Amino acid sequence: MKPVLRIDGISVAYEAERATRAVRDVSLTVHRGEVLGLAGESGCGKSTLAYAMTRLLRPPGRITGGSVTHYAPDGATTDVLGLGGEELRRFRWERISMVFQGAMNALNPLLTVERQLTDTLHAHDAGGGRKERHARAAELLDLVGIDRKRMRAYPHELSGGMRQRVVIAMALALNPDVVVMDEPTTALDVLVQREILGEIDRLRELFGFAVVFITHDLSLLLEISDRIGIMYAGRLVELAPADELRAAPRHPYTVGLMSSFPSLRGERRSLRGIPGSPPDLSLPESGCAFAPRCPWAAQPCARGVPPLVSGAACVLHDPAIRPLGPPAELLAGTFPVPSVEGAR
Amino acid sequence: MTTLDVTGLVKEFNVGNAVRRDVLRAVDDVSFGLPPGRTVALVGASGSGKSTVARILARLETATSGTVTLDGAPAARRGAGLRAYRRQVQMVFQDPFSSLNPRHTVGYHLARPLRIHGHTRRGPEEEKAVHALLRRVSLTPVERVAAARPHELSGGQRQRVAIARALAPRPSVLLADEPVSMLDVSIRLEILHLIDRLKREDDLAVLYITHDLATARHFASEILVMNKGSIVERGPADDVILRPAHPYTRALADAAPDPLRPRTRTR
Repeated sequence: MKPVLRIDGISVAYEAERATRAVRDVSLTVHRGEVLGLAGESGCGKSTLAYAMTRLLRPPGRITGGSVTHYAPDGATTDVLGLGGEELRRFRWERISMVFQGAMNALNPLLTVERQLTDTLHAHDAGGGRKERHARAAELLDLVGIDRKRMRAYPHELSGGMRQRVVIAMALALNPDVVVMDEPTTALDVLVQREILGEIDRLRELFGFAVVFITHDLSLLLEISDRIGIMYAGRLVELAPADELRAAPRHPYTVGLMSSFPSLRGERRSLRGIPGSPPDLSLPESGCAFAPRCPWAAQPCARGVPPLVSGAACVLHDPAIRPLGPPAELLAGTFPVPSVEGAR
Repeated sequence: MTTLDVTGLVKEFNVGNAVRRDVLRAVDDVSFGLPPGRTVALVGASGSGKSTVARILARLETATSGTVTLDGAPAARRGAGLRAYRRQVQMVFQDPFSSLNPRHTVGYHLARPLRIHGHTRRGPEEEKAVHALLRRVSLTPVERVAAARPHELSGGQRQRVAIARALAPRPSVLLADEPVSMLDVSIRLEILHLIDRLKREDDLAVLYITHDLATARHFASEILVMNKGSIVERGPADDVILRPAHPYTRALADAAPDPLRPRTRTR
C-alpha cells in the first residue's frame, strides 16, 4: 500500500514554566485510502497529534522534533513542517483537511451553508466563477445527502446530524488526500452517529481519501478502522490492524480499554475499566508511563521508555526480559483489577 | 421505603411564533415507578424526551399534566414542600464541566446542600460531613480535594463531586441524566459502579438516563425505551435488549457500536 502521510518521530510541547510534552516521539504512516483509528483517553495527545500533522497547532503549542512528509498521488513529496506562508495555506484543506471536535459548532452562525462552502472554494481559487462555485456547493451537499434546497439555511436551522454532514462536505470540498476527523460523532446520538459513519465510509470509497479517525471510543474504532493506534501519555503504545487488535490486544493499556465497555448482547461480566489516572505530562518521564496503573508492572518497566516494537511498546513482549513470553492473563485479554473502585 | 411514582406525565412546549402557534409534545403520557434499591434505565435518542422527564421529576420543569407522587403524596411545586421534595429527590447532570461553579471549592459545593437541608451547621461538624461525603465517592485525600476548585479535577473526579453533592441532602431518589456520556470510556464504568454501590448502601431509587443500551442493560434491572415522547417498550433489562419487541428498540440496538460485528466493508 502506498503511503500518503509519513509522521516520523514527532514531538509536541505546550510551552509554559514547566512545558507539557503532549506528544512524544510518535511515528506513524497513513496509507492511501485507509481508515486509521487513533484511540486514547482525554489528554493522551491524540488531538495534539492531529493538530501537529495538519499544521494547525497554535502557540503555546510547538513542534519540538520530528518530520511529516506528504506523498502526492504522482509521487511528489512535501516536507509538511517546512511549509510556510502561501504554500502552507494552499497545502491545508487541499491536501489534508480536518473535521473538528464538536463540529456542530464549527460553522459560522452568521453565514448560510452555501456561503461557507463557496468561501472555501473561493479562498483556494477552486470552482471557477460565482456560478460554478454555487453549482459545486450544491453538488457537495448532494454528496453528503442534504437537500440542496437547504443551501440558504443558517446553521441553527439544521439538526446536529445535518450540521455534521455540512462540515464533512466542507472538508471534502477540495478533494483532499487525507481527512483528519477529531471525535466527529461524539456529540451525536447513536442513531445519527451510525448514519454519519455510513456516510463517511461511502464517500471514502467514492473518492479514495484516507481517514485519520480520532476518538476515545475504542469499540467504535474496532468496527470502522483498517488499523488502530493506541495512544497513552503522549506516546503511541500499540499499532495493529483492527482485526488483530480485536483478537489479541498486546499492550496492557489496550487490554484495559477493551474491558472498559460492556458488550450489548454478550454475557454479563463484571467490568471495571482501568483504575488510576494518566500521569501529568509536565513531569519528567521515567520508564513506562502506564506502569503505575498496570497490573503486570515489574522492575524492568521503570528502566526506560519501552520502544514500540512488533506492535506494542511493552517490555512484557520482550523475549530478552520474559523468555517464556507475556503473562497468560495478558494474552487472554483479561485485565485484573481490585474490586473497589479507585478515585478518578 | 420511598417510591417515586409518575402517572400520565405530559409536557408540551410552545414552539411557533406570533402568527402561527404550535405545540410540541415532548413527553406524551409517560407513567412509571422508581422503587427503592433498584435502577430503572430510561433510554432513547436525542430529542426523545428523556431529559425532559428527568427535569420534571427534579422540579426544574412543570408538567403540562400528569402527577408525580413521592410515597403517595403529590410533589409540591414551591415553598417548604418543594424543599422537602428536593431533599428526597436529587439529580446528577450530564456535564460535570458546567454543573460545578468554577469559582467555588469542592468543599463549598458539598457544604451548601448540607446546610440548606439542615443537616449541619458551619464549623468542624460541617467539615467532617464534607469529608465523609468525599470518602463515600472515593475522592481522597479528602482535605486536598475539599480545598480544590473544579478546574483542578479531571472529568471523572468532577462527576464524583456532583454525585457527592446529590448525596448531601440524604435523598432516597437519584436522577442521573447521562452521568457518564461526557466522560472517557475507560472511566465510565467506575462512575457507574459507584452509583450502583451507593444505590445498594442507601437503598436509593435510581433513574439512569442514557442512550447507551449496553450500560443500561448491565446496571439497570428495568429498561424503559422512549421515542418521540412516549415509552414504546419496557421490561426487565435482559428481555428488552436480548428480545426487543419494538422496531425502535431494535434500531437503537443495531446502531450501538459493537466491536464483535464483522465489518461490512470489502477491501
